[in-house]
Amino acid sequence: MNKRTIDLWVGIFVAIGLSALFFLALKVGNLLNFKEERNGYELMARFENIGNLKPRAPVKSAGVVVGRIEKIRLDPKTYEAEVRIHLENQYQFSRDTIATIYTNGLLGEQFIGLEAGGDSEYLKDEESIKKTQSAIQIEKLISQFMFSQAQKSPDTPDAPTGNAAPAAGVKKK
Amino acid sequence: MIDGITHWLIGLGASVRAGVTRLGFATRFMIAVFKASGPTFARPRLLIHELYHAGVLSLIIVLMSGLFIGMVLALQGYETLVRFGATEAMGVLVALSLVRELGPVVAGLLFASRAGSAITAEIGLMKTTEQLAAMEVMAVDPVARVVAPRFWAGVISLPLLAALFSTLGIYGGYLVAVKLIGIDNGAFWGQMQAAVDWRYDVGNGVIKSVVFACAVSLIAVFEGFDATPTAEGVSAATTRTVVTSALVILALDFILTVFMFRGSAVG
Amino acid sequence: MFSSSASNGATAEAVGSGVNNDSPTISLDNVSFGYTKERSILSGISLKVPRGKLVAVMGGSGCGKTTILRLICGQHAASTGTVNVNGQSIASMSRDELFAHRRKLGMLFQFGALFTDMTVFDNIAFPIREHTDLPEVIIRDLVLMKLNAVGLRGTALLKPSELSGGMARRVALARTIALDPELVLYDEPFAGLDPISLSVVGQLIRKLNDALGMTSVLVTHDIAESLKIVDYIYFVSEGKVVAEGDVASIKTSNDPFVKQFVNGEPDGPVRFHYPAPPLTEQFAEARP
Repeated sequence: MNKRTIDLWVGIFVAIGLSALFFLALKVGNLLNFKEERNGYELMARFENIGNLKPRAPVKSAGVVVGRIEKIRLDPKTYEAEVRIHLENQYQFSRDTIATIYTNGLLGEQFIGLEAGGDSEYLKDEESIKKTQSAIQIEKLISQFMFSQAQKSPDTPDAPTGNAAPAAGVKKK
Repeated sequence: MIDGITHWLIGLGASVRAGVTRLGFATRFMIAVFKASGPTFARPRLLIHELYHAGVLSLIIVLMSGLFIGMVLALQGYETLVRFGATEAMGVLVALSLVRELGPVVAGLLFASRAGSAITAEIGLMKTTEQLAAMEVMAVDPVARVVAPRFWAGVISLPLLAALFSTLGIYGGYLVAVKLIGIDNGAFWGQMQAAVDWRYDVGNGVIKSVVFACAVSLIAVFEGFDATPTAEGVSAATTRTVVTSALVILALDFILTVFMFRGSAVG
Repeated sequence: MFSSSASNGATAEAVGSGVNNDSPTISLDNVSFGYTKERSILSGISLKVPRGKLVAVMGGSGCGKTTILRLICGQHAASTGTVNVNGQSIASMSRDELFAHRRKLGMLFQFGALFTDMTVFDNIAFPIREHTDLPEVIIRDLVLMKLNAVGLRGTALLKPSELSGGMARRVALARTIALDPELVLYDEPFAGLDPISLSVVGQLIRKLNDALGMTSVLVTHDIAESLKIVDYIYFVSEGKVVAEGDVASIKTSNDPFVKQFVNGEPDGPVRFHYPAPPLTEQFAEARP
């Protein structure tokens, strides 16, 4: 095996190896979008309950991904979840935008949906979204449903008020 | 009875002591390799030669395995995803499992058995036939001349091989998912791109493969250099390279995964 | 730091070569060595190799002959006693000095130890390329010269695996002398060679020694060939020098060890039996 052949093969190997790395970063890992994101700005939103929302989950408006969730923490004073959102510069939202936590399908991942309002002023970097709507929790929905059913039926003497109690009431039946 | 226990304890102590001694040798050897690495980069010809043996000659097995593993992943993933009506998530499943886990780990295992064992056998044979001693007498440091280029060739090759493995695996998954099963092309790539983070997933996968590369290369050159200079000694060292590398890769993978991905698993 | 130590080495060398023109190039003085404390391989061995001479160290297998060579080239350090080369003790050398010492030394290994992944040409060019910055044209001439000296210029492009045992030994010899060493050590150069190759290698060793003005140490158990080519012989047994002399005196020696060795007698000072209790005793042990 002469030197030129070895050089050629090693050159090919390194070249396709590096292009595989680029492929993974660009095509699979979406590095290009990430670069745009870095030029973006950050907003805060407070929710009573975020359900299963996770960092790096998408932020969508009208179904289009406009940013990602950067960080989630609990405010120790108000016991609200404080979510830091990273948005791309090209998307600006009015000051009365509503942030809602949605679920993708019945069991899918959760994301934040932004609905722009009519205010003429836009939200700026590090500002907070005032109007938020917490995640819909299926357990809560079910218990509310049970609760209303229980109230309708006459043979339940004590109408439960808590979240866990209706389940017990159902069992008694 | 007491005698038996004492005997057993003595045996245990001796093997622990031998293990620790060997670990110490390996550490000192690693430091020696790093110290002797200057000439390797000053004279790239040696490094290129070893890159050919470690990297290029491992290409076929790594590319083929990647392709097939990707295709099998897609087939098996479809079985599960179709029950939840989430077949569009196929791209995510294939890409994440390859980039985070299978790429670095399986490429590492293949590399250990293809290139690692060859490195051990080569160095062991050079020791057996006194080629290393001959270099030493010629005032040429065998660690700098023989060991360091092979070590660095391994460290450079494996991350590239792992990336190629993942890429071919994703392509294999694409073939099965889109061409064979008929999942929507846009959904396959779009969901993948939405879910895979280049820094968090791809970056950590690359870090894993670099760590495995250092571990496997070090084990391979150390076992070769430390081999008993006989035919049996070299064959035993070659076996040890493959077995130790496999165990070390899997153990390191667990540790790295705990540190890298625990955040998302818990909350 | 580095430059000062280098210059120290240079002066020591200059002084050494000035003082020791008549005294031996190599001297081992009461040297002992063992890999473990329990079992010593050399116990108080002393020998001298004068400049420009070809000296053989002979002895049975496993008597520590190879160890002597390893002590001289500094791969092992003596437990007690001193090994001097050109008047400088090996033990006192720094790493740089040791490497400088090895650069002036050639060693022919038992089975040649040619690099199996290189051609014959590259094998011989190896030490030249490692230690000099000569242009490739000059290296080529040097290599062909060395190959010509051992009569194997035609094999330059072959791989070591394509050579016969005798040719491989001669190529290894060419590599050993590639940098024109002052001192050459031969470790069993005749092992496993056919009679023709054996005498070719033997003649080459003698001729090279005289032509290049080298000092040579030859470790072997081939008495017949050694008697033809060497100047002086040391007999080593159980880690000690048991007999010594020039070729004429060895041939006429009445020393029992030398006689046994020269005539190849199975029993003599070197016992046929490994130490064991008498056979009758051992038989009796097994029967109650």
